Amino acid sequence: MSVTIDEVKKIATLANLEFNENELEKYTHQLNTILEYVDQLNKIDTSSVEATYHPIQYPDVFRNDDIKESLPIDKVLQNAPEKTWQYFVVPKVVGP
Amino acid sequence: MSDKLFEPVMGLEVHCQLLTRTKAFCTCSAAYGGTPNSQTCPVCLGLPGALPVLNKQVVEFAIRMGLASHCVIAAESIFARKNYFYPDLPKGYQISQFDKPLCEHGWIEIEVGEATKRIGIKRIHLEEDAGKSIHDDAVTGGNATFIDLNRCGTPLIEIVSEPDFRSAAEVTAYLTKIRQIVQYLEICDGNMEEGSLRCDANISMRPVGAEKLGTKTELKNMNSFKAVERALAYEMARQAKVLREGGEIIQQTLLWDDNAGESRAMRSKEEAHDYRYFPEPDLVPLKVSKEWIESVSENLSELPQARRDRFVREYGIPKYDAEVLTLNKSLANYFEETLKFVKDAKLVSNWIMSEMMAVMKENKQEADQFIVTPKNLGRLLDLIVKGTISGKIAKNVFEEMCKEGADPNTIVKEKGLLQITNRDEIEKLVDKMLESNQSQLKEYLSGKEALFGHFVGQVMKLSQGKANPGMTNDILKEKLKKYA
Repeated sequence: MSVTIDEVKKIATLANLEFNENELEKYTHQLNTILEYVDQLNKIDTSSVEATYHPIQYPDVFRNDDIKESLPIDKVLQNAPEKTWQYFVVPKVVGP
Repeated sequence: MSDKLFEPVMGLEVHCQLLTRTKAFCTCSAAYGGTPNSQTCPVCLGLPGALPVLNKQVVEFAIRMGLASHCVIAAESIFARKNYFYPDLPKGYQISQFDKPLCEHGWIEIEVGEATKRIGIKRIHLEEDAGKSIHDDAVTGGNATFIDLNRCGTPLIEIVSEPDFRSAAEVTAYLTKIRQIVQYLEICDGNMEEGSLRCDANISMRPVGAEKLGTKTELKNMNSFKAVERALAYEMARQAKVLREGGEIIQQTLLWDDNAGESRAMRSKEEAHDYRYFPEPDLVPLKVSKEWIESVSENLSELPQARRDRFVREYGIPKYDAEVLTLNKSLANYFEETLKFVKDAKLVSNWIMSEMMAVMKENKQEADQFIVTPKNLGRLLDLIVKGTISGKIAKNVFEEMCKEGADPNTIVKEKGLLQITNRDEIEKLVDKMLESNQSQLKEYLSGKEALFGHFVGQVMKLSQGKANPGMTNDILKEKLKKYA
C-alpha cells in the first residue's frame, strides 16, 4: 500500500495543514516508508483473530451521573485569543 | 405532493438529547440555559491531556431505547472518533460510534390511517453533542462567531432507520412515535423546537414499481414537525420534477429554510465530509452484561401502545380516546389518577379531551402543570355522576377551578350551584315558565312539538341552569299532557 501526492494533499486539507511542493514530496515519501513498514503485518494470516479495538482489556470503566463543579469561567476563557461577555469569539464561520 | 409516476424512498436519522444530569464523558452539568461556557471543564473543552470517562446513565438510557425498539443490544460496542473542524467542536473530533454501535436490527411500529407498518431500526448509537455557535450579526456585531461550549459533550443517541418510508405521513407518524417513546422512557424531553429531538432525512425517488433506488439527497435543519412535513413535500416535488423532465438528481446535502419555504444546497466545502473514523483510544470497549440488559428490561415502563391498549381493555373507552390520552405520559397519568376519584372513565376522558385540553393548549401547559389536580377534577365529575350538579353547571365550576385551583365542592357551596332535584321546586318553575309562554303553549298544543326543547331551555334558564334536566323533562311532559 502507498499514497500519492494527491492523497497527501487531501489529507493535509482535511487536517487543516498547508504544505509547499517540497514538503508534499517529503511527507509523501515519509508516509510511504511508514506504510511499507506497517505493511509487513499483512503477511500474517489474521483471518481467525478478532479485531483488537483497545490494547488493554479493562473491566467496565463507568462514572455515576453526579455533577461536579465545572471550571471557573476565568480559567475557561484564560487562553481564548478573543472573548466577549462569556463567549469565545472566533472569525465568522458560515452556518449552520 | 406525491407523484403518480414516482414513489419516494426515505430514511430518517433522529438525534435525541438524553436527560442525564451530567455530560457524556465529564461531570459538568448538562442542564440547558446556563450562562455561556459556565458548564465546561478540561474534558469538554478539549484541553490536552484530559480524558473522557463514560457516564453509566447514558448507556442505561440508550439500552432503554434499544429495548423499546426491539433492537439487539451489543455485548461489546466501540467508541470512535469522527474527525472534522468546526469552532464549536474544540477537540477536532466528536466521540461517536461507528462500526460497532450499541443497538442494532430493531423496529418500531407505526400506524397510518387504518394500516400498521413496521419501520426497521438499523442502529442506535451513542455520541456527544457539539457546542453552540452564534452567527447572528445583531449579537456578535458582525464578522465574528460566538461560541458557547455548555452543550459540548452532552449525550445523544442517534436512531437510524432503514429506508422504509414511502410517504411524508409515515415519517410524521414515526417521529410522533419516537417522541412519545422517549418521553415515556423518560430519556429525552422530545422538544423539537429546543433541539432536544432533531431529525435529518434521506430522500430519493424511483419510478413506481422499480426495485433500484434513485440518487438520494440529505435534508437537514428541520426544527419542528410542521417543518419536517413541509421540507419533505418540497423535496419530493422537486426531485419528481427533475426526474419527469429527464434530469438527474445530484447527491447533496440540503438545508431547509422554513421561513422561505425552500431548501438550499450546502456549499461543497461545508459538505466535504470525510470523517476518517477510527476507534477512540481514550475509551475502552463498552461492555454490557446480560444481567444489565435484563434489569433494564424489567424496569422498562409501560410503552404508549401497550398503555393505549390497556386503557381500551381496562376502562372500556374508545380507541380514539385512548390514543389521545396516551399521547404523552403526563396526560395518561392524569387520566388514571382522576379515575381514583370518579368511576365513569368515558366521562373523564371526554372532559380531559375537551375542557381540560383546551385550557392546557391555551396556557401551553402539560398535564402535570395543570392547575386543576386530578383529585379535584375527579371530585367535580363525581358531582355530575351523583346528580349534585348538572353537566352545564360543572363547566362553570371548572372555569372557576381553572382560575384558583379550588376544590369543586367549595365552589358549588359558595355559589349556591347545587342542582335542584326537589320535585315541588321544579314544578313551580315549569308552571311559571308556561305562564309566560302562553302563545308558544298554544302552538305546541296545536301540533308544533318541536317547541318542547324550547320549554326545557326556558326552565333551565329560569333555574340558572340548576334544574335537573331529566326531572325537568319528565315533569314538563306530565304537565303538557294535562293541557292536551
